Amino acid sequence: MTGPANSRTRAPSGRQRAVAERTEGTIRRRRIRSAIMVGLMYAAALIAILPLIFIIIHLVRLGGSSINVDFFTKMPKPPGEPGGGMANAIVGTLMIIGLASAVGLPVGIGAGLYLAEKQATFLATTVRYLADVLNGLPSIVMGIFAWELLVRPMNHFSALAGGVALGAMMIPMVTRTTEEMVRLVPISLREAALALGYSRWRTSLSIVLRTALGGIVTGALVAMARIAGETAPLLFTTLGNAFWSTSLKAPIAALPLQIFTYAITPYDNWIAQAWAGALVLVAIVFVISLAARVATRRRFGVATD
Amino acid sequence: MPAQAPVSQAPATRIVVDRLDAHFGAVHAVRHVSVDLSDRSVTAIIGPSGCGKSTFLRCLNRMHETIPGARVAGRVMLDGHDIYGNGISPVAVRRQVGMVFQRPTPFPTMSIRDNVAAGLVVMDHKPNSKQTDEIVERALKRAALWDEVGDRLKTSAIGLSGGQQQRLCIARALATDPEVLLLDEPTASLDPISTQKVEELIYELRTDVTVVIVTHNMQQAARVSDQTAFFLGGELIEVAPTERMFTSPTDERTESYITGRFG
Repeated sequence: MTGPANSRTRAPSGRQRAVAERTEGTIRRRRIRSAIMVGLMYAAALIAILPLIFIIIHLVRLGGSSINVDFFTKMPKPPGEPGGGMANAIVGTLMIIGLASAVGLPVGIGAGLYLAEKQATFLATTVRYLADVLNGLPSIVMGIFAWELLVRPMNHFSALAGGVALGAMMIPMVTRTTEEMVRLVPISLREAALALGYSRWRTSLSIVLRTALGGIVTGALVAMARIAGETAPLLFTTLGNAFWSTSLKAPIAALPLQIFTYAITPYDNWIAQAWAGALVLVAIVFVISLAARVATRRRFGVATD
Repeated sequence: MPAQAPVSQAPATRIVVDRLDAHFGAVHAVRHVSVDLSDRSVTAIIGPSGCGKSTFLRCLNRMHETIPGARVAGRVMLDGHDIYGNGISPVAVRRQVGMVFQRPTPFPTMSIRDNVAAGLVVMDHKPNSKQTDEIVERALKRAALWDEVGDRLKTSAIGLSGGQQQRLCIARALATDPEVLLLDEPTASLDPISTQKVEELIYELRTDVTVVIVTHNMQQAARVSDQTAFFLGGELIEVAPTERMFTSPTDERTESYITGRFG
């Protein structure tokens, strides 16, 4: 009786020791492997943001010195003459973003709502697929399209054509994010509204859309930030303008175009201005993105994501 | 009609369901159900999962048809008018017949006050802001929630606990003064204390509303209801005053179910 009982409480047998060692070895190997993988993830995360950091450092170094009040308030000066600014291009860019949003947001949000409501119909499936194709369309193609649609019939380049081209680019992005956000709203909320005597359209607008609004606003702002720096479609549509113009029917200056025009010249002060323009463009995009983040945090402090 | 009770509490019939059939595509979820629901009474609907009791409930305020592929046949008379009759709008029906679901469904973008008032804003005669405040207060008091939220009506409804959210949904359904209140397993996602509060509330509501409650909990059915209906496989097997149902059911399937032999 005492024999086997003792043997169980005595020092571990050889076999038990072997198992313990093997377990310890396995755990050590797993820890090392985990540390390596975690390290790789950190490295990947760092590399992901590195380009942005380099770009900003570079832009500030080369363009920062040209940023002053004049840059925002004055018109461009001829090459060789110091000073001057890009007031026309900054205003032009903001106008084009506004125009593009006026085209892209209502159509995109409406289409997204439709896709979310009529998920499986033939038309919805087709529209969804085409929106994805449109999303991947090279922006220069959009420029050619707008040129054919607006510039040629009107016989001149215009701010309007640029706004429409960029708005058309926004449509699929806004459509898809709106659809995703609306689909995230639980069916139970929709049913609760219907059960209270809300009509279908009223349920969609005042309950579903309102619940999804934070996410839709974010999607809209992200789309605006995406198109803010587009250059290719503008080459075919707004053309650029060295003078002050806020007319929708005339060619208009835009930051990306101005940067492009200045950067390929041999004049040092224009090249410096191009860097400064790039910095301002990045700042505009940054502000829009920041607004997107703030928009999702508003509303009783509940984030939608 | 069931056996007559003493005249003082003789219930008038509020809802007459006449040969009701409901389908989801090819699934025949409710089969030829006929039943009378008395005014100012609580009817409990019991039965195993998938027996069609929730679908039946959703036919009483025309919510069933909001699901793609759903069909309803038969008549549901509310105060003598068929809610499926020609020219009757489902929206109008749902304004008279309130509903509370299994999971609390507060509107996340609205404050507590606006949640309770959510049904008022779509009424034909929208009350003004002051009247709305009074209605909201009354509804919250009826739902036994006023003491807990009366001082923070402007805050988000999402901040409430699950039990409070469910009572908020009941208050929201009561605010429009419905004649009938449908409850689809209203306590299924609540803790015992919240459940008790909701049950007390249901018990009090019978004095002025016709309540139909679907429940998986037989003790709950016994506690809160005047009349109990047992569903099985889409059919109404038996309906009787609750006390009789739980002491001497006539159908042996009912007996098996309530004594726990299946379901």
